[in-house]
Amino acid sequence: MISLSILEAGLVNGLLTGGVYALIALGLTLIYGVLHIVNFAHGSLLMVAMFGGWMLVEWAHLDPYAALPLMIVVMFAIGWGLYAGVIGRISGGDDRRILLATLGVAIVLDNLALVLFTGDTRTIETPYQFAVIEAGPLLLSVPKLISFGVAIVLALLLWAFMARTDMGRAIRAVAREPDGARLVGIRPGRIFALAYGIGIACLGAAACLLLPTFYVSPQVGNVFVLTAFTIVVLGGMGSFPGAVVGGLLIGVTESLGGLFLGESLGPIGISLVFILVLLFRPTGLFRAAR
Amino acid sequence: MLKYWPVLLVVAALLPLASSSQFLVNLAMLTAFSALLGQGWNIACGFGGLTSFGHAVFFGIGAYAVAIMQTRFGINPWFGLPAAAVLGAAAGAVLGAAAFRAGLRGSYFALVTLAFAEVFRILANSLEITKGGLGILIPLHPALANFQFDDRREAYALVLAVLAVAMGVAAWLRRSRFGARLVAVRENEDAAAALGIPLVRTKTQALALSGAVTATAGVLYAQMFLYVDPSIAFGADRSVEMLLVAMIGGAGTVWGPVLGAIVLHLIQDTARLLIDTPGFAPMLYGAILLVIIAFMPNGIAGLRLPALRRNRVRDA
Repeated sequence: MISLSILEAGLVNGLLTGGVYALIALGLTLIYGVLHIVNFAHGSLLMVAMFGGWMLVEWAHLDPYAALPLMIVVMFAIGWGLYAGVIGRISGGDDRRILLATLGVAIVLDNLALVLFTGDTRTIETPYQFAVIEAGPLLLSVPKLISFGVAIVLALLLWAFMARTDMGRAIRAVAREPDGARLVGIRPGRIFALAYGIGIACLGAAACLLLPTFYVSPQVGNVFVLTAFTIVVLGGMGSFPGAVVGGLLIGVTESLGGLFLGESLGPIGISLVFILVLLFRPTGLFRAAR
Repeated sequence: MLKYWPVLLVVAALLPLASSSQFLVNLAMLTAFSALLGQGWNIACGFGGLTSFGHAVFFGIGAYAVAIMQTRFGINPWFGLPAAAVLGAAAGAVLGAAAFRAGLRGSYFALVTLAFAEVFRILANSLEITKGGLGILIPLHPALANFQFDDRREAYALVLAVLAVAMGVAAWLRRSRFGARLVAVRENEDAAAALGIPLVRTKTQALALSGAVTATAGVLYAQMFLYVDPSIAFGADRSVEMLLVAMIGGAGTVWGPVLGAIVLHLIQDTARLLIDTPGFAPMLYGAILLVIIAFMPNGIAGLRLPALRRNRVRDA
């Protein structure tokens, strides 16, 4: 039988991992809320961000946390450019074509990374990657604590941006009613690119938070992409609190799934949650907050 | 001359059967196999507009079913073939009934198919009956009675025969009432429902049909290569290959997957000659998919060549 302390450790560990999941899912949910399509390039763009962070650490000798603000800006530019230059342009506003276009972008990026960096797995070394803090009976990983804290702060900032600024209001207006937004002088085309850019900028931050404890490879996006889809569906597509709560729940589910079902069968917990939610409550736990 | 291109294509497809070049036969066989996979996807997703991103689930069910039946229970794979097709159809029916009853479409349907394939991949990786990550090696007993091939040309002839059946199904979809209903659902679900077309039933039947064809392709794969493992069977690459072949050639057309498979294999082999780096050829596929979405939403078969126009699906 699994003892209580292992259970507690699994719970806390899952919760800490869930913070970064929430950040990844926030980007996805923002894009869905505005564009009404699932961004199938999300995992690949996370991979791009992780390689970007890895290059800054290895070649420019930056600390991953110092690279974080820079990667947010870089990924925003990439996301904005990708939507304005490719996805939005070629799809003619047709949902099915946008969906396939994001898949096409994912295929190109995954294989471009394979060509440039080969399939090798890379990691970075930091002085604090194995540092732990003792909290009662638990040993908490320092980089995971930092990533959890930063993820929550960024989520709050993004929420404040959406709720309080004019730009945030414009994005929400387009999400709800593109034609009405156009009437009051908002250009939906620009807002789509902006929302896509912000959604991808979240990945820049998530990538830097993951780097100290995770590896980088051209396939690394696949590790997170189904998890991110699950979180967004569980929390409710387009819902901000849903993405955060969903992220934490899925982090715990994954951690406990691995504990009870073992290494190879563990990930099935997430896929099953995903399918069940899709079939029985496709609106998720929270209805989309507009 | 251009007018008779399907005839030319059929003749070109039959030529390798008379050739003794292993290279040529192999190339033709892999191309025909891709076309079969693409047609499997096309039946539900091209004609019915269901965006499945996880069609490998049917392929893997077919491949594993025939492999398990012969290695565990000693069932001859020729009997395994129809059984696997029935299993594929059943999987399609279950997935379709569940997903369409819940009203999933577009992005949501793409997600649920992706998750189904992932569940099966994890199960195949973990269960004892599938031998986990090791995969199943089918013992070598080359004889036609054992559904194994001494001569690649026999395998190729079989792939061609199954491809012909799959194209027959697609041709039937273009002409039958069921096909017309399916296309109507793709073009406008609300209008189709208003005309009295049962949405859930039509889409579920299409997915079951597509599942049966794709599972048959899985059986052929298992018998040609005598090996199945979880990522070969249920990996996302397989799902993407099917979608690419059909999209590039022309989704919702009879000849589209064939044209798509030819183009894809031409690109693959040329790319390998030029730059033999892993990832280079698939990167080109992705780029081509983007170009197709931008400029030719109906694929190669949708180009306005007079000889091709007859093969396009009438708009609903």
